[in-house]
Amino acid sequence: MNPDDRVVVVGASLAGLRAVEALRRDGFAGPLTLVGAESHRPYDRPPLSKQVLTGDWDDSRVFFRQKDGYDALDLELRLGCPAVALDASARELHLADGARLAYGGLVIATGGAPRTLPGPSLSGVHVLRSLDDARAVRQALLQRPRVAIVGAGFIGLEVAAACRKLGLSVTVVETLPVPLAGVLGRRLGERVAELHREAGVDLRCGVAVAALRGESRVTGLALSDGSEVAAELVVVGIGVRPCTEWLESSGLALDNGVLCDERCAASLPDVVAAGDVARWHNPLFGETMRVEHWTHTVEQANAAVARLLRGPGVEPFAPVPYFWSDQYDVKLQFAGRVRADDDLHVVVGQLSDRKFVVLYGRAGRLTGVLGFNAPAQVMQFRRKIAERAPFPG
Amino acid sequence: MKIVVDFDLCQSHGLCTQAAPELFEIRDDGFLYILNETPPEALRGKLEKAVRECPTAAISIEE
Repeated sequence: MNPDDRVVVVGASLAGLRAVEALRRDGFAGPLTLVGAESHRPYDRPPLSKQVLTGDWDDSRVFFRQKDGYDALDLELRLGCPAVALDASARELHLADGARLAYGGLVIATGGAPRTLPGPSLSGVHVLRSLDDARAVRQALLQRPRVAIVGAGFIGLEVAAACRKLGLSVTVVETLPVPLAGVLGRRLGERVAELHREAGVDLRCGVAVAALRGESRVTGLALSDGSEVAAELVVVGIGVRPCTEWLESSGLALDNGVLCDERCAASLPDVVAAGDVARWHNPLFGETMRVEHWTHTVEQANAAVARLLRGPGVEPFAPVPYFWSDQYDVKLQFAGRVRADDDLHVVVGQLSDRKFVVLYGRAGRLTGVLGFNAPAQVMQFRRKIAERAPFPG
Repeated sequence: MKIVVDFDLCQSHGLCTQAAPELFEIRDDGFLYILNETPPEALRGKLEKAVRECPTAAISIEE
């Protein structure tokens, strides 16, 4: 990339914002454009399923920078204008308003879109990804509905926790026999399920949604076991698909995300990707992965920008994925990459406590750490995972 | 340069303790402690990394 060429960052959420900040911090002085599909300035998503839903926060608190906070970055901010195509041979990006943007370097940070249930849309059925989604769910919660949540992933369970905090009746429906087994392993997935049941959530696992009930407005769910759940509000949290449709004719290698190498470089020159949309090879785990967590996005935006500016000589991007979730009085923190059947070794407390630390291992190597209300220990073990420490130690 | 932590925002994620272990520590009580509020210039890079990586934007630098 020529240092005077324009860099375009597509996607104005956490990854895109951190990318433009990193570009300026790392000395890129050329023209810079940040393109966003939503009309909002970049904002933080984790509070949307927590403080914004409970009303503990006014939702204006989620914005990363105020309007004038963008002046220092000296960039062109094009919001409310999604990218619709990439012409890699002409090095041009096509936007929804018909504009074409020439680039010398491109950062793809278009994130993901929530999966939805098949069938016609009914009012009262929501997803929770964007600020507008969160505002709509918050408004619906003020009517004190009975709530049904489809999917016991982190979003679904955080919404469940927020609803219980508001004293609402909540049913969660999950097709897997144990929630979160893929990310926390079966035993700890069961522990999280227990947390929700103790808090009064009707958590039903191993059962699918057969149909939404209601004519124009939802009245409940019909489940695959023949049972019915009455609800005036349904929140669907069944995962995210990476936003890559706009790249389908670009020639860029796509496979459940933008495929990248160990340094976040995509398959075309001077194109990198970061955040939920990027699927890259993590040499620490020897695995090609796509990670949808806040800390990961911050780290990957920096790594992708380093690769774009400094070329293939930069260090590979080999992070230990970290995430947290707040549910009731538990701060859950996890670092690593585990499988459902990894071995467990409890190092602080017991799994039945509100405070514990458990390590995960496979083939003699430490693969993960989970803490409930144990922040002092989780980061220490995250470092050990990065150092490829043995297990059980 | 002075480290300022907004303890109303801090949720003890502990990422700062990884970015700048010389400056931040989480103790067994679960709370964050600043080890040196006025760090030497040599630690600026690590401190700035801690600021960037804090999930709740609780850390700032006062010049």
